[in-house]
Amino acid sequence: MSTPGYTLDEMMTSCAARALRDGMTCFVGIGLPSVAANLARATHAPGLVLIYESGTIGAKPGWLPLSIGDGVLAETADTVVSVPEIFNYWLQPGRIDAGFLGAGQIDRFANINTTVIGAQYTGPKVRLPGAGGASEIAACCREVIVVARQSPRSFVDRVDFVTSVGYGSGPGDRERLGLTGAGPRRVITDLGVLEPDPVTCELTLTGLYPGVSIDQVRAQTGWELAVAPSPAVLPAPAPAELAALRALHAAAPGL
Amino acid sequence: MAEIVSLADAVAAAIHDGDAVAMEGFTHLIPFAAGHEVIRQGRHDLTLIRMTPDVIYDQLIGAGCASKLVFSWGGNPGAGSLHRFRDAIENGWPAPLETEEHSHAGMVNRYVAGASGIPFAVLRGYAGTGLEGLPGLNGQPAVRRVTCPFTGESLAAVAALRPDVAVIHAQRADRTGNVQLWGITGVQKEAVLAARRSIVTVEEIVAELIPQPGAIVLPGWTVGYVAPVPGGAHPSYALGYSSRDNDYYVAWTAISRDRERFRQWLATEVLAA
Repeated sequence: MSTPGYTLDEMMTSCAARALRDGMTCFVGIGLPSVAANLARATHAPGLVLIYESGTIGAKPGWLPLSIGDGVLAETADTVVSVPEIFNYWLQPGRIDAGFLGAGQIDRFANINTTVIGAQYTGPKVRLPGAGGASEIAACCREVIVVARQSPRSFVDRVDFVTSVGYGSGPGDRERLGLTGAGPRRVITDLGVLEPDPVTCELTLTGLYPGVSIDQVRAQTGWELAVAPSPAVLPAPAPAELAALRALHAAAPGL
Repeated sequence: MAEIVSLADAVAAAIHDGDAVAMEGFTHLIPFAAGHEVIRQGRHDLTLIRMTPDVIYDQLIGAGCASKLVFSWGGNPGAGSLHRFRDAIENGWPAPLETEEHSHAGMVNRYVAGASGIPFAVLRGYAGTGLEGLPGLNGQPAVRRVTCPFTGESLAAVAALRPDVAVIHAQRADRTGNVQLWGITGVQKEAVLAARRSIVTVEEIVAELIPQPGAIVLPGWTVGYVAPVPGGAHPSYALGYSSRDNDYYVAWTAISRDRERFRQWLATEVLAA
């Protein structure tokens, strides 16, 4: 196979960026989600409204911020609100279209763990950062998009700890819990795209990147992965997308 | 009325061993210099409260100042893990650290309840998460459910935070101790109003506070001590005065990962400073 001219991480980022539509409001987590959201704004979605939990609404950074509270986010925002306000007035009522999250661990029903690895909460094998804004982003945004690199250790049958609820243990759980948003509609990995089955809510492989096989994805999934009848082969990043992404990574902070 | 004093005097007067201390600042305006002064004065057995116990609490935890931590996100933003925080939780080094963990939405509402003088806050949150089952520092559930008396809806309830001391950094204060901060203002106003005592470090003390877009002002009579500490938020930043020192955050990972390297850092950068 010839070298495609882009990395799987670049493919993942451009695929994640394409999941965002122009004019959407998007609550952005730091890391991969922030890179993808900024790529979307630099390419097909110039009107994308980026909202960071630091209270910056409508941020338009010219380079990739390292944190959710870099100065460039405040300086380019339409408005900056307090942190109680961003959670209570903006996130909680379901005003925001898409929540864009990363995941330490994610399971078959798209529940996310960013708290602890290991069966015990006390004295965990690995202590992860915790919830931050993710629990309520996953509960309250109209829909959730997850972007995460895939491995059998991170894509597990059941997460060790539920930090952010996807579909709980299956159909009806979100409604029963009173979660107002629709939940994760797409999980974008470095191999392809998983979407919840409309009936079972189980994550199902629906899209593959060029050159990636179903078996490769199965090998990187810690449960018996359901596969759509004929998963789409997703288009490779266009030259303009790649150029925009590389320019974002290269852009040095400054004005 | 706020007293304008040195940072060392403010910490000596306001922060005691065993206190519950909230140092707030959401990425921006983090009171690092005050944190280092707490380490230098050898405070211990503190209950540290903070939404994002990032590098500042990694330093205080590693230095042995804390026995308890109340928080909602413990990472080095954009740069990785907090190894002193993890070492304390995973291995009990340098001392065991009891924790009470929330979501950001829960923590902000706990501060809002504290500032509002009511015993708890309600929010649409926690439902279905593992956080809802965790005990608080008192051994009781940290999150409970309440039924809305008007609609019958089930909501999460979290207890008010009432820290002994709040510590924040701001851009400016005037000579009577009125404090002005702008940019990302986080949860600082709520933290100061919720706390019994407070310390505000500022970039400068000015004759008159010139209005700034989006600024909040804490009147001097709501503040305990004001200490001029230019650059006191470094490696965090003060909008209009400095930029976030992202290289410091990235470099912190290697210092924090190794106990000996951390001890050397503490000796040269904090204790000898």
